[in-house]
Amino acid sequence: MTEAVRFHFSVDGDDFSSAGQASVQVKKSLRQLGISPETIRRVSVAMYEGEINMVIHAGGGYADVLVFEDHIEIQLVDQGPGIADIELAMQEGFSTAPDNIRSLGFGAGMGLPNMKRYTDSMEIESKLGEGTKITMRVNL
Amino acid sequence: MKIAQIKELLNAEVICGEDLEREVYSACGSDMMSDVLAYVKDQAVLLTGLVNPQVVRTAEMMDMLCIVFVRSKTPTQEMIELASCSGMVLMKTDKRMYEACGKLYAHGLCGNGEVR
Ligand SMILES: Nc1ncnc2c1ncn2[C@@H]1O[C@H](COP(=O)(O)OP(=O)(O)O)[C@@H](O)[C@H]1O
Ligand SMILES: [Mg+2]
Repeated sequence: MTEAVRFHFSVDGDDFSSAGQASVQVKKSLRQLGISPETIRRVSVAMYEGEINMVIHAGGGYADVLVFEDHIEIQLVDQGPGIADIELAMQEGFSTAPDNIRSLGFGAGMGLPNMKRYTDSMEIESKLGEGTKITMRVNL
Repeated sequence: MKIAQIKELLNAEVICGEDLEREVYSACGSDMMSDVLAYVKDQAVLLTGLVNPQVVRTAEMMDMLCIVFVRSKTPTQEMIELASCSGMVLMKTDKRMYEACGKLYAHGLCGNGEVR
Protein backbone atom coordinates (compact mmCIF):
# COMPACT_ATOMS: atom_id res chain seq x y z
CA MET A 1 0.00 0.00 0.00
CA THR A 2 1.25 3.47 -0.83
CA GLU A 3 1.95 5.84 2.02
CA ALA A 4 -0.98 8.07 3.00
CA VAL A 5 -0.75 11.84 2.84
CA ARG A 6 -1.29 13.19 6.35
CA PHE A 7 -2.40 16.60 7.58
CA HIS A 8 -2.08 17.26 11.29
CA PHE A 9 -3.63 20.13 13.25
CA SER A 10 -3.82 21.17 16.84
CA VAL A 11 -7.19 22.72 17.60
CA ASP A 12 -7.14 25.59 20.08
CA GLY A 13 -9.89 25.27 22.66
CA ASP A 14 -9.61 28.77 24.08
CA ASP A 15 -10.35 30.81 21.03
CA PHE A 16 -13.75 30.32 19.44
CA SER A 17 -13.06 32.84 16.70
CA SER A 18 -10.37 30.58 15.23
CA ALA A 19 -12.59 27.47 15.35
CA GLY A 20 -12.90 25.96 11.90
CA GLN A 21 -9.49 27.12 10.68
CA ALA A 22 -8.11 23.60 10.36
CA SER A 23 -11.04 22.52 8.21
CA VAL A 24 -10.61 25.50 5.88
CA GLN A 25 -6.95 24.51 5.53
CA VAL A 26 -7.85 20.87 4.81
CA LYS A 27 -10.25 22.00 2.13
CA LYS A 28 -7.49 23.93 0.39
CA SER A 29 -5.00 21.06 0.68
CA LEU A 30 -7.46 18.51 -0.70
CA ARG A 31 -8.14 20.80 -3.66
CA GLN A 32 -4.44 20.82 -4.42
CA LEU A 33 -4.46 17.02 -4.40
CA GLY A 34 -7.12 17.08 -7.12
CA ILE A 35 -9.86 15.40 -5.03
CA SER A 36 -13.40 15.93 -6.42
CA PRO A 37 -15.33 18.95 -5.07
CA GLU A 38 -18.18 16.77 -3.79
CA THR A 39 -15.79 14.60 -1.77
CA ILE A 40 -13.93 17.64 -0.48
CA ARG A 41 -17.17 19.13 0.74
CA ARG A 42 -18.16 15.94 2.57
CA VAL A 43 -14.76 15.64 4.25
CA SER A 44 -14.46 19.29 5.19
CA VAL A 45 -18.01 19.69 6.51
CA ALA A 46 -17.69 16.55 8.67
CA MET A 47 -14.35 17.73 9.98
CA TYR A 48 -15.64 21.26 10.55
CA GLU A 49 -18.52 20.07 12.75
CA GLY A 50 -16.09 17.88 14.67
CA GLU A 51 -13.59 20.68 15.03
CA ILE A 52 -16.27 23.05 16.35
CA ASN A 53 -17.39 20.35 18.81
CA MET A 54 -13.83 19.98 20.11
CA VAL A 55 -13.73 23.72 20.75
CA ILE A 56 -17.16 24.15 22.35
CA HIS A 57 -17.45 20.85 24.24
CA ALA A 58 -13.92 19.59 24.88
CA GLY A 59 -11.47 22.49 25.20
CA GLY A 60 -9.65 21.70 21.97
CA GLY A 61 -7.68 18.70 20.74
CA TYR A 62 -6.01 17.27 17.68
CA ALA A 63 -7.29 16.66 14.18
CA ASP A 64 -5.64 14.43 11.58
CA VAL A 65 -6.68 13.87 8.01
CA LEU A 66 -5.16 10.92 6.15
CA VAL A 67 -5.56 10.58 2.43
CA PHE A 68 -5.28 6.99 1.21
CA GLU A 69 -5.60 5.70 -2.32
CA ASP A 70 -9.25 4.72 -1.94
CA HIS A 71 -10.49 6.70 1.08
CA ILE A 72 -9.92 9.65 3.37
CA GLU A 73 -9.84 9.19 7.13
CA ILE A 74 -10.51 11.97 9.64
CA GLN A 75 -9.40 11.47 13.25
CA LEU A 76 -10.48 13.87 15.98
CA VAL A 77 -9.01 13.34 19.43
CA ASP A 78 -9.66 15.37 22.55
CA GLN A 79 -9.17 15.10 26.29
CA GLY A 80 -12.44 16.76 27.16
CA PRO A 81 -15.23 15.54 29.45
CA GLY A 82 -16.30 12.70 27.15
CA ILE A 83 -19.81 11.86 25.97
CA ALA A 84 -22.05 10.18 28.55
CA ASP A 85 -24.61 8.68 26.17
CA ILE A 86 -23.42 8.43 22.59
CA GLU A 87 -26.74 7.24 21.22
CA LEU A 88 -28.48 10.25 22.75
CA ALA A 89 -25.77 12.63 21.53
CA MET A 90 -26.28 11.32 17.99
CA GLN A 91 -29.95 12.33 17.96
CA GLU A 92 -30.84 15.36 15.88
CA GLY A 93 -31.56 18.30 18.14
CA PHE A 94 -29.79 16.95 21.24
CA SER A 95 -27.33 19.47 22.60
CA THR A 96 -25.74 20.39 25.91
CA ALA A 97 -24.33 23.62 24.45
CA PRO A 98 -24.92 26.71 26.59
CA ASP A 99 -26.92 29.71 25.33
CA ASN A 100 -23.83 31.77 24.55
CA ILE A 101 -22.77 29.09 22.04
CA ARG A 102 -26.23 29.13 20.48
CA SER A 103 -25.97 32.86 19.95
CA LEU A 104 -22.78 32.16 18.00
CA GLY A 105 -24.72 29.98 15.54
CA PHE A 106 -23.89 26.55 16.97
CA GLY A 107 -25.51 24.21 19.47
CA ALA A 108 -28.49 23.15 17.36
CA GLY A 109 -27.65 19.52 18.04
CA MET A 110 -27.06 18.81 14.36
CA GLY A 111 -23.27 18.41 14.40
CA LEU A 112 -22.86 14.69 15.08
CA PRO A 113 -25.82 13.79 12.79
CA ASN A 114 -24.27 15.95 10.04
CA MET A 115 -20.92 14.20 10.52
CA LYS A 116 -22.61 10.82 10.13
CA ARG A 117 -24.59 11.97 7.11
CA TYR A 118 -21.56 13.25 5.22
CA THR A 119 -19.28 10.27 5.82
CA ASP A 120 -19.34 6.60 4.83
CA SER A 121 -18.54 5.45 8.34
CA MET A 122 -18.13 7.05 11.73
CA GLU A 123 -16.95 5.59 15.00
CA ILE A 124 -17.06 7.32 18.37
CA GLU A 125 -14.99 6.14 21.31
CA SER A 126 -15.52 8.14 24.46
CA LYS A 127 -14.79 7.81 28.14
CA LEU A 128 -16.21 10.15 30.75
CA GLY A 129 -13.49 12.31 32.24
CA GLU A 130 -10.91 11.12 29.72
CA GLY A 131 -11.93 12.29 26.28
CA THR A 132 -13.36 11.43 22.93
CA LYS A 133 -11.96 9.97 19.74
CA ILE A 134 -13.97 10.18 16.54
CA THR A 135 -12.86 8.38 13.38
CA MET A 136 -14.66 9.09 10.13
CA ARG A 137 -14.10 7.66 6.68
CA VAL A 138 -15.09 8.96 3.28
CA ASN A 139 -14.56 6.61 0.34
CA LEU A 140 -12.99 7.95 -2.81
CA MET B 1 -30.17 34.45 -10.39
CA LYS B 2 -27.07 36.60 -10.75
CA ILE B 3 -25.47 38.03 -7.61
CA ALA B 4 -25.96 41.46 -9.18
CA GLN B 5 -29.72 40.90 -9.19
CA ILE B 6 -29.68 39.92 -5.50
CA LYS B 7 -27.91 43.18 -4.76
CA GLU B 8 -30.54 45.02 -6.77
CA LEU B 9 -33.56 43.30 -5.20
CA LEU B 10 -32.31 43.76 -1.65
CA ASN B 11 -30.93 47.21 -2.25
CA ALA B 12 -27.75 45.82 -0.77
CA GLU B 13 -24.32 47.30 -0.35
CA VAL B 14 -21.39 45.17 -1.54
CA ILE B 15 -18.67 44.92 1.10
CA CYS B 16 -16.19 42.74 -0.76
CA GLY B 17 -15.95 40.56 -3.85
CA GLU B 18 -16.03 41.67 -7.44
CA ASP B 19 -17.66 39.03 -9.56
CA LEU B 20 -21.36 39.92 -9.38
CA GLU B 21 -22.07 38.19 -12.69
CA ARG B 22 -21.87 34.72 -11.16
CA GLU B 23 -25.10 32.72 -11.02
CA VAL B 24 -26.54 31.36 -7.79
CA TYR B 25 -29.13 28.59 -7.95
CA SER B 26 -30.44 28.43 -4.42
CA ALA B 27 -30.52 30.25 -1.11
CA CYS B 28 -30.52 29.45 2.58
CA GLY B 29 -31.60 31.86 5.34
CA SER B 30 -30.42 30.92 8.83
CA ASP B 31 -28.61 32.02 11.96
CA MET B 32 -27.82 28.42 12.90
CA MET B 33 -24.69 27.25 11.12
CA SER B 34 -25.41 23.52 11.50
CA ASP B 35 -28.65 24.05 9.59
CA VAL B 36 -26.63 25.57 6.79
CA LEU B 37 -24.20 22.65 6.93
CA ALA B 38 -27.06 20.14 6.76
CA TYR B 39 -28.11 21.56 3.45
CA VAL B 40 -26.18 20.77 0.29
CA LYS B 41 -26.67 22.68 -2.88
CA ASP B 42 -24.14 24.05 -5.29
CA GLN B 43 -23.64 27.72 -5.93
CA ALA B 44 -25.84 29.01 -3.18
CA VAL B 45 -26.23 32.27 -1.29
CA LEU B 46 -26.47 32.47 2.51
CA LEU B 47 -28.67 35.06 4.21
CA THR B 48 -27.92 35.55 7.89
CA GLY B 49 -28.10 37.99 10.78
CA LEU B 50 -25.14 36.38 12.51
CA VAL B 51 -21.74 38.05 12.48
CA ASN B 52 -18.64 35.97 13.32
CA PRO B 53 -15.82 34.25 11.40
CA GLN B 54 -17.64 30.91 11.49
CA VAL B 55 -20.32 32.35 9.20
CA VAL B 56 -17.72 32.81 6.47
CA ARG B 57 -16.06 29.46 7.20
CA THR B 58 -19.43 27.71 7.12
CA ALA B 59 -20.26 29.26 3.76
CA GLU B 60 -16.84 28.29 2.51
CA MET B 61 -17.34 24.67 3.63
CA MET B 62 -20.52 24.61 1.53
CA ASP B 63 -18.87 26.26 -1.48
CA MET B 64 -21.30 29.17 -1.25
CA LEU B 65 -20.64 32.15 -3.49
CA CYS B 66 -22.20 34.96 -1.52
CA ILE B 67 -23.31 35.96 1.98
CA VAL B 68 -25.98 38.61 2.56
CA PHE B 69 -26.06 40.12 6.04
CA VAL B 70 -29.57 41.22 6.96
CA ARG B 71 -30.62 44.02 9.34
CA SER B 72 -27.53 46.02 8.32
CA LYS B 73 -25.20 43.70 10.23
CA THR B 74 -21.63 44.52 9.28
CA PRO B 75 -18.92 41.87 8.99
CA THR B 76 -15.61 42.40 10.78
CA GLN B 77 -12.28 42.99 9.03
CA GLU B 78 -11.27 39.40 9.84
CA MET B 79 -14.41 38.12 8.10
CA ILE B 80 -13.80 40.30 5.06
CA GLU B 81 -10.26 38.94 4.77
CA LEU B 82 -11.46 35.34 5.07
CA ALA B 83 -14.09 35.92 2.39
CA SER B 84 -11.65 37.69 0.08
CA CYS B 85 -9.28 34.72 0.30
CA SER B 86 -11.92 32.48 -1.21
CA GLY B 87 -13.39 34.98 -3.64
CA MET B 88 -16.73 35.15 -1.85
CA VAL B 89 -19.01 38.16 -2.20
CA LEU B 90 -20.20 39.77 1.05
CA MET B 91 -23.03 42.30 1.09
CA LYS B 92 -25.41 43.84 3.57
CA THR B 93 -29.00 44.97 3.37
CA ASP B 94 -31.18 46.88 5.83
CA LYS B 95 -34.02 44.44 5.15
CA ARG B 96 -34.94 41.90 7.79
CA MET B 97 -34.51 38.16 7.21
CA TYR B 98 -38.12 37.43 6.32
CA GLU B 99 -38.39 40.20 3.81
CA ALA B 100 -34.99 39.57 2.24
CA CYS B 101 -35.71 35.85 1.75
CA GLY B 102 -39.21 36.61 0.51
CA LYS B 103 -37.98 39.03 -2.14
CA LEU B 104 -35.49 36.54 -3.54
CA TYR B 105 -37.99 33.69 -3.42
CA ALA B 106 -40.65 35.74 -5.16
CA HIS B 107 -38.18 36.41 -7.94
CA GLY B 108 -37.60 32.73 -8.54
CA LEU B 109 -34.63 31.82 -6.34
CA CYS B 110 -35.25 28.34 -4.92
CA GLY B 111 -34.84 27.08 -1.40
CA ASN B 112 -33.40 23.75 -0.31
CA GLY B 113 -33.65 21.02 -2.92
CA GLU B 114 -36.72 22.46 -4.54
CA VAL B 115 -37.20 22.88 -8.26
CA ARG B 116 -39.50 25.64 -9.42
N1 LIG C 1 -15.90 16.18 21.46
C1 LIG C 1 -16.92 16.17 22.33
N2 LIG C 1 -16.65 16.09 23.67
C2 LIG C 1 -17.67 16.05 24.56
N3 LIG C 1 -18.97 16.09 24.24
C3 LIG C 1 -19.29 16.17 22.93
C4 LIG C 1 -18.30 16.21 21.91
N4 LIG C 1 -18.92 16.26 20.71
C5 LIG C 1 -20.24 16.26 20.97
N5 LIG C 1 -20.49 16.19 22.30
C6 LIG C 1 -21.80 16.11 22.98
O1 LIG C 1 -22.77 15.69 22.03
C7 LIG C 1 -23.79 16.68 21.92
C8 LIG C 1 -24.32 16.73 20.49
O2 LIG C 1 -23.30 17.19 19.60
P1 LIG C 1 -23.73 17.90 18.23
O3 LIG C 1 -24.66 16.97 17.51
O4 LIG C 1 -22.51 18.33 17.52
O5 LIG C 1 -24.59 19.13 18.71
P2 LIG C 1 -24.12 20.54 19.31
O6 LIG C 1 -22.65 20.68 19.10
O7 LIG C 1 -24.91 21.50 18.51
O8 LIG C 1 -24.49 20.51 20.76
C9 LIG C 1 -23.17 17.96 22.38
O9 LIG C 1 -24.10 18.90 22.84
C10 LIG C 1 -22.26 17.45 23.51
O10 LIG C 1 -23.01 17.20 24.69
MG1 LIG D 1 -21.75 20.36 17.28
